[in-house]
Amino acid sequence: MKEFGSFVKKEFRHIFRDKRTMLIVLIMPIVQIVLFGFAISTEINNARVDIVGDVQDPSVRRIMERIEHNDYLQVMKVYRSVEDIHARFKKGQADVAVCFERNFDERLHKQGMASVRVIGDGSDPNSAQMIVNYVVGVLNDEQNDISLKYVGENETAGMTPTIQYMYNPGVLSSYNFVPGVMGLILMLICSMMTAISIVKEKEFGTMELLLVSPVKPLWIIVSKAIPYLFLSSVNLLTILLLSRFVMDVPIRGSILLLCFVSLIFILASLSLGLLISVISSTQRTALLISGMGLTMPTMIFSGIIFPCESMPVLLQYFSDIIPAKWYIIMVKKIMIEGVGLGYIYNELLILSLMSFVLLAVSIRLFRKRL
Amino acid sequence: MVAIDVNDVSKRYGDCQALSHISLQVEQGEIFGLIGPDGAGKSTLFRILTSLLLPDSGSASIEGFDVVKDYMEIRKRIGYMPGRFSLYQDLSVEENLDFFATIFGTTIQANYDSIKEIYSQIEPFKERKAGKLSGGMKQKLALCCVLVHKPSVLFLDEPTTGVDAVSRKEFWSMLYRIRSGGVTIFVSTPYMDEAARCDRIALIQQGRIIDNGTPQQIVEKYPYTLLGIAGHPIYPLLKFVRGCSGVLSCFAFGAEHHAAIDTALTNADDLKKKIEAAGFMDCVVREIKPGIEDCFMQLAKGGNNGK
Repeated sequence: MKEFGSFVKKEFRHIFRDKRTMLIVLIMPIVQIVLFGFAISTEINNARVDIVGDVQDPSVRRIMERIEHNDYLQVMKVYRSVEDIHARFKKGQADVAVCFERNFDERLHKQGMASVRVIGDGSDPNSAQMIVNYVVGVLNDEQNDISLKYVGENETAGMTPTIQYMYNPGVLSSYNFVPGVMGLILMLICSMMTAISIVKEKEFGTMELLLVSPVKPLWIIVSKAIPYLFLSSVNLLTILLLSRFVMDVPIRGSILLLCFVSLIFILASLSLGLLISVISSTQRTALLISGMGLTMPTMIFSGIIFPCESMPVLLQYFSDIIPAKWYIIMVKKIMIEGVGLGYIYNELLILSLMSFVLLAVSIRLFRKRL
Repeated sequence: MVAIDVNDVSKRYGDCQALSHISLQVEQGEIFGLIGPDGAGKSTLFRILTSLLLPDSGSASIEGFDVVKDYMEIRKRIGYMPGRFSLYQDLSVEENLDFFATIFGTTIQANYDSIKEIYSQIEPFKERKAGKLSGGMKQKLALCCVLVHKPSVLFLDEPTTGVDAVSRKEFWSMLYRIRSGGVTIFVSTPYMDEAARCDRIALIQQGRIIDNGTPQQIVEKYPYTLLGIAGHPIYPLLKFVRGCSGVLSCFAFGAEHHAAIDTALTNADDLKKKIEAAGFMDCVVREIKPGIEDCFMQLAKGGNNGK
């Protein structure tokens, strides 16, 4: 036990004396959260809307008011000719144009059919799509109200795909990436750092000395893992505090459950790091394997950037073997949906199984000789 | 009593036969030197004996414990200093020593006596990081770290490589003091001049033991008359001597060439005349006693006989 304590002390010394790595490890989560939160934000604020049509038309006026009242939209200019849109877009004075046909109000109420065209600036497809969605949402709202007036005809007017309005990617983006970043950071710290710290001993030849000592190899591994377990707990805390108080992401579920789930995931990551350290003989290899082999797939397949559902089926199956995916799903459920253990039962089982297998394999492979 | 017993050990890395059929015995309390050039298989043998590598065939035991089966027993009894300096550069002298003492289940205080002589020399720098020590001090620290748990067999893999001449001399006198405590020392070195300092040596080349015995025995076995030849310019002289009749082999040894001759065909005076006649200056040709290196060259010449 004393040997073990001495090992852990030594590992902590290595970490604390390497100021640069230490700084990176502690700052990285903050930078990532802020980066994802602000720079890569998909949120749209104050999209500029041009109205093309007759301002005297009551229906047009009402819709205009609705657009004005929307937090995300702002009416810039009203003009009569569709021809002008091109010039406005080109100068970057507007993001979207809503064109009402002539006699809009009259057609709407008398013929029950009026057409309105929403033109987005497709040169930036992502934000264009989102802005158009906002506008469509506003239009749907209006149509809802109109339908309610004609109570008898409710069925014929039943249309509102309210989802479009609800599906508000701007607001949801931080809900989406915080669990993702949590998975990414924990994965990175635990796997990469553990792998490197073990491979470093191999490279410097100190592993030879450790192996000829009477200390059991298992304890060498465990002592390597403990400081990184500690570091990742600090990171977990940083991320949670940042996301709660800076990003306004709620933690609706039990924090205890969240910590437990994180612990299982950390265990999986540590085992992965150990596995990498077993198969690589230089720090560079370890870095490459954990960077390309872990971080990239984690970012791509765990649904941080692309939703898994929109991937080809084969890749969806592939994404199932990535531990971070299951962790992120659970974190989302606990933090944002606020569910309890019963709802994450399956995911937790899969992740625990993964951790167990990885740990068993890597301890099995860790050689007690060179 | 035999401390280290190696029986027909072979080890192969892919296409490279690192060790082939190595057998040797090391008595308890002696300094046994494994002498050979880089890549001869010295470190591989060390790793097999310290239970870090498994031999492909053959067996070895340390104080009666098999290196494969009883590796845990062996790890309690040996001290191993790998070829590369392998202490933690970012830990201080004291922290390094303390760490190695603890993992071997002891403390600096408990075994202070066994390391006192060496440790007292580096103790003034105990706060310094190991990475900032000079070569000689690093070596002393490394030695302290392997001695701190009082091993009965010490494995030192090229301990003097990269260390200056004064420190090397000092190092050997430390080894003698350690030996006087009954510790068996198995040491490897690429420096032939250190061979004479060992009690017994084995010459190793390309994974084979080409000879073993006391340095004295090995030198006595040298079959030829050896001449030391000096003169200018030095490199053409080497080529010239190799071309002379009666010269069996000739190698450069620093400022001098060592030539083995067939006394039936030539002798020192005869050779000196030939050299002077060829226009070399400051010629000295004298008969010399062979050293370990001469023996090594002669034994190793299989492929290249220096002609």
